[in-house]
Amino acid sequence: MVDYQGFLDSIDRKAYHEGEWQWEEDGYTVTRTYNYSAPGCHDSCGVLLYTKDGKLEKIEGDPLDPYANGKLCMRCLDMTEMVDSDKRLKYPMKRAGERGENKWERITWEEALDIVETYIKEEIDGKGLGREAILVGHGTGRNINWQVPFIAGACFRTANVGGIYFSGWWCYMPRVCGAAGPLGDYPIVDASETLPDRYANPEWKAPDVLAVWGNEPLKSNGDGYLGHWLNVCVQAGTKIISIDPVLTWWGARAEYWLRPHPGTDCCIALAWLNVIMEEDLIDHEFVENWCAYYDELKEHCKQFTPEWASEITGVPADDIVGSARLYANAERGAIQWGLVFDAGTSSAMHWTEAVCDLMAICGNIEKPGTHVLVHNSFDINAGYSSVDLYANPQALERKFRKWMIGDEGLDFVGMSNCDAMASVLEAGKIPVTGEDYPIKMFWAQSCNAFAGHEGAAARAYKYMSKIPFIVYADPMITPTMVAIADLILPVSMSVERDSARTWWTPLRAMKKVTSFYEAKSDEEIALWLGKRLNPELFVRWDSVEDFINDYLLTDLAVVGPDGKVKKANFSAATDEDWGHTSVSDGEGPSVTTKCPYTFDELVKVGGHAYDEWNATYNKHEKGLLRPDGQPGFNTPSGRIELVPTIFQAWGIPPYPIYTPAPETWQTTPEIMEELPFYMINGARSYEFFHTEHRMAPTMREFHPEPLVKVSPATAEKYDLQDGDWIWMENHEGRCRQMVKIFPGMPDDCVSAEHGWWKPEKEAAAPVFNDCFEYNVNNLTRNFQAGPGGIGSPIKCTRCRIYKYQEGDTPAGVQITELGGWRDDYEPMKP
Amino acid sequence: MTKGILINYDYCTGCHSCEVACKKHLGLPKGEFGIKLTETGPYEYAGKPAGPEHWEWTWLPVITKACDMCADRTEKGKMPMCVQHCQAWCMYYGDVAELAAKIDGKTRWALMATTA
Repeated sequence: MVDYQGFLDSIDRKAYHEGEWQWEEDGYTVTRTYNYSAPGCHDSCGVLLYTKDGKLEKIEGDPLDPYANGKLCMRCLDMTEMVDSDKRLKYPMKRAGERGENKWERITWEEALDIVETYIKEEIDGKGLGREAILVGHGTGRNINWQVPFIAGACFRTANVGGIYFSGWWCYMPRVCGAAGPLGDYPIVDASETLPDRYANPEWKAPDVLAVWGNEPLKSNGDGYLGHWLNVCVQAGTKIISIDPVLTWWGARAEYWLRPHPGTDCCIALAWLNVIMEEDLIDHEFVENWCAYYDELKEHCKQFTPEWASEITGVPADDIVGSARLYANAERGAIQWGLVFDAGTSSAMHWTEAVCDLMAICGNIEKPGTHVLVHNSFDINAGYSSVDLYANPQALERKFRKWMIGDEGLDFVGMSNCDAMASVLEAGKIPVTGEDYPIKMFWAQSCNAFAGHEGAAARAYKYMSKIPFIVYADPMITPTMVAIADLILPVSMSVERDSARTWWTPLRAMKKVTSFYEAKSDEEIALWLGKRLNPELFVRWDSVEDFINDYLLTDLAVVGPDGKVKKANFSAATDEDWGHTSVSDGEGPSVTTKCPYTFDELVKVGGHAYDEWNATYNKHEKGLLRPDGQPGFNTPSGRIELVPTIFQAWGIPPYPIYTPAPETWQTTPEIMEELPFYMINGARSYEFFHTEHRMAPTMREFHPEPLVKVSPATAEKYDLQDGDWIWMENHEGRCRQMVKIFPGMPDDCVSAEHGWWKPEKEAAAPVFNDCFEYNVNNLTRNFQAGPGGIGSPIKCTRCRIYKYQEGDTPAGVQITELGGWRDDYEPMKP
Repeated sequence: MTKGILINYDYCTGCHSCEVACKKHLGLPKGEFGIKLTETGPYEYAGKPAGPEHWEWTWLPVITKACDMCADRTEKGKMPMCVQHCQAWCMYYGDVAELAAKIDGKTRWALMATTA
């Protein structure tokens, strides 16, 4: 068991220079700060950076940082290999040959800006097109979530930011919006992360029962949440329920390990609701005082018996009942949810709703050791919604929205609609009206799209290649930029950049300690573009420090001529005005945030600041959740809406139901026979963050090849050994990975990795560093979202497998030279 | 007093932080380690019912000949690199006798000492 106070007491604080942010030690300058990718992950841990003569020499975790307590992962410990990589882009370059030839000519930043400005003036403004003809893309996790949308709106004046073939926003948005319906806010498992004194806080208690559902948090650390916090909980006695078809660290230690067929988890949530309500295991006081529509939910869930769920999921009914009782009877129960809720189901919103209802009826909200509702620290919410504040008003009118592809209901997600973006790109017009909508330019910052998040990779390559002018800004030379970019720009890594960011709590600062050739930070890129493209606005910021201070102190607010303040919101939209931004009307936002520090001050206090709001329990009792200051939750009724009324406005049936994935034994048995495996995909590993780290020799020493796990029975049936290469194939395409026989794998599933490319291989076409060869997205499909047009069932994609043979056509050749595997794509259709 | 490293390996997650932290500190090339993880399992115990005792999937780091217990760090009051970076909070450094007293018989522990 972790004795946290004992740990704190045992640290030799003098040895770690408590109270100092920078000092000299053994010939090094040491800087206490935070790292946010690139390279990295979704999190930002305290680091001690050792530099000599302006060069990063080594890195350590900072034991005095309460967020990670110095416990860095292997990727961060290997930072110098990434910072010094020979795959980094040193200078701005323009294409010297054809796209795909990987021939470049070095230019200056000034020349690059001339090219961008000239293109926009001549080919967009000069041709009478609106700025919506410019799309802006970004990767995930990187510390770019307030900078890139700002660049889109303020510099390019477009509102179209997002992922093109990122169908149904298949990461995080379904959970964020799905939770906003019933809870009015976003819940995270309370592992004391909101409290500066962490596990030693006298109010905090570890969860009694933790359900880890549809993610491996130790490896993924998704959503700004460090998975190893939960390991501390387990050491404090937390019992585990693992809900995952594949064995994980959690499953091997679980009281109950439930293994639903991929795509069916929603049925487990519905059956848990059934058991808990029928057996009356609820927290009566909490339901009575704080929840609405309990009787209606109970009546509705009578149909979801454990036997019904067992039939669909393959999980024994007794285990569904037993695990439901274990969860409900816990004084403190918690559910750690993950990406499968977004990307492994056609029931994203209803599954999320059902799990929020489970939290609520068991009283597991805002109580220590359950779930806390969180905001970004000090209400600094500049992010994906900021684009709406700065975009040209006509371009904002033309932002990609649900109606353009015939979806009904309010646009409750702040980002551009991904499926509308892809459909308009393919059609050159708005599909439902036929109105012309040319897309002329694509600006992508830190996203290795083809190796990474673009679903239906062959399709994405086919249509994204047609965009006339493409600029990529990235720390590394990626196969995606080689494939389609005309202009490439070098971006600073975290250690080369002054920046700050909130993702929940604490607020953190990143202090620049080194630089790399001509790379610019994302903040510097914003000013570099804006000063030329939108000079009237950019008189507001003279320096990067001005810009960061504006983020910290005003949340990049816009004050209109009428004096009204406009700001970005974090949450899903709850009103007709899209609701992604707030406007002051007496009760609206103030121009200043609650942040007590400027950037310089934040750096000097050690780089982090916890805010009191997030560190307060039982916020609903204290009137902290509602704008009107009354007790209750931030929903229309002021109660947790177990049947959320807002879903109706979003075009989603408000009662939770199970929507099957496109292919199931009940609905498409012939496809299930033909394609006998679920290709679970996107399995995380400690060595890599999405497409990052493939060029780091130490990470590749530990993990040299892309691995697909198969069960021992599958290996025997297909005569497979560890190290054999197999193709995974369906009607969309195929990819290959190296077999790892794994006893914790169901016989009807394989589990493949994502994000693979090999920087050591040829970068030019058709190889593209093999980014297509191992690419699970060769098999995935778009346009399959469930109710609400959100979420995607890609983690339950079906496939067949067979051995790779020397001489087989490489996937890169198939996609880039032979037209892919299909020639019948239609906009809005899978 | 002999120094050692105590590992409460029930909680080790196999995250490799100890291995990389050590490699970087000692400047070890590919294939060499100051501490190296072993992995046992996963396999099932046919005779045990479903639940936390049914599966064996256990990591345990082995301290190699390259380890010097981070003498240059500990003399300054700092933790050994592996202990400082253990994400699973399952490694402790100190006098072996004091470390041995932490072994409580409730979870699995291993106490390691080198020739240093």
